[in-house]
Amino acid sequence: MNWTFFHKLGSPKWFYDISGKWLPWLQVISLVLIVVALVWGLAFSPSDYLQGNSYRIIFIHVPASFLAQSVYLMMATAAAVTLIWKIKLADMALKVMAPIGVSFCILSLVTGAIWGQPTWGTWWVWDARLTSMLILLFLYIGIIALRGAIHTTEAAAKACAILSLVGVVNIPIIKFSVDWWNTLHQGATLKLTEKPSMAPEMLWPLLLAIVGFYLFFMMVMVLRLRIEIISRERKTRWVKELVS
Amino acid sequence: MNAVRKQRLILVLLLLAGVGVAVALMLFALRENINHYYSPAQMAAGDAPTGQRMRGGGLVVPGSVARDTESLKVSFRISDGAGEVTVHYEGILPDLFVEGSGVVALGTLGSDGVFAATEVLAKHDENYMPPEVQKAIDDAHPGYPKPTGQATVQRELRSLQDGS
Repeated sequence: MNWTFFHKLGSPKWFYDISGKWLPWLQVISLVLIVVALVWGLAFSPSDYLQGNSYRIIFIHVPASFLAQSVYLMMATAAAVTLIWKIKLADMALKVMAPIGVSFCILSLVTGAIWGQPTWGTWWVWDARLTSMLILLFLYIGIIALRGAIHTTEAAAKACAILSLVGVVNIPIIKFSVDWWNTLHQGATLKLTEKPSMAPEMLWPLLLAIVGFYLFFMMVMVLRLRIEIISRERKTRWVKELVS
Repeated sequence: MNAVRKQRLILVLLLLAGVGVAVALMLFALRENINHYYSPAQMAAGDAPTGQRMRGGGLVVPGSVARDTESLKVSFRISDGAGEVTVHYEGILPDLFVEGSGVVALGTLGSDGVFAATEVLAKHDENYMPPEVQKAIDDAHPGYPKPTGQATVQRELRSLQDGS
């Protein structure tokens, strides 16, 4: 197998150059998608037969929850690359993704609580879905704290990579918690194998919002990663030439 | 991929497998405790503890909701298709409490098999649709459980108050 592309992608300079071309596209498309999805979902979608208007929080809650879990999966992938190939860029990606994951995780928990109060009658219950999501938040915070506690970059990279990999077992638990146990949280509405149990005029803005949130995440991540690259590679010739 | 990287890849996979097996065993051992509530079938079969606080959940049997005219006392039956349990509750029911949909109640199961609830939460299902679609379903299937609970009453009251 030819691994040259993989190593090229791992070169900080190459990534810095190419990501500069992606950024404006990511910014424009993610902004357009999120604005369209939210205006459509919040103002034009029909209300729900049972929940009325309070269901509309899903246009934030569902994308945020998707991202909170996806970001963690990407961090675990970056962790594996860090451990196996010792590619510095993967560790930088792991580092810059963690705070974004925390933000989505908090957004998901807060919007869920706001929705739970009128719908279930309570802000919070200790059921398997909600608790595993809270554990995900603590994992994110733990990874950030671990990096802050170790001063040498290489040691921090290894420790954070191992912690990220260990925590990845929580992701299938979050996903399948509603199927494995009795939970107050309902089962999945969007399923890969079946038709979604949602009217199409609500589903389309939701799907747009999910794609928009993914692109928004990529945009923020690329922005943060470029700053991290400049800061870690500041002693190399190409960065000195870039900033001078 | 050279030999050193292959070895590290195997180590990473072993780490994942080890942690996965450990967590799976732990969850298997705790499986009953992780369940948020007992189902009516479990309560009817005597698998749920009696006389101590726990949660029970199921679908409200349509037509089983009986309200006291003088107080906030209400009783209804919950079912999961395999068993039924009568629930007594005094208090305000959540907005989404409707016949035919799910609830989770916190309380104690008496030795007489009646569940005395101190808190009732509505369990929402994963279906979302506009009101017109629900109306079409009702017209096509008159026997299908209709939302005739407190939520509908409150909604009607609200629309009266709005003057619409």
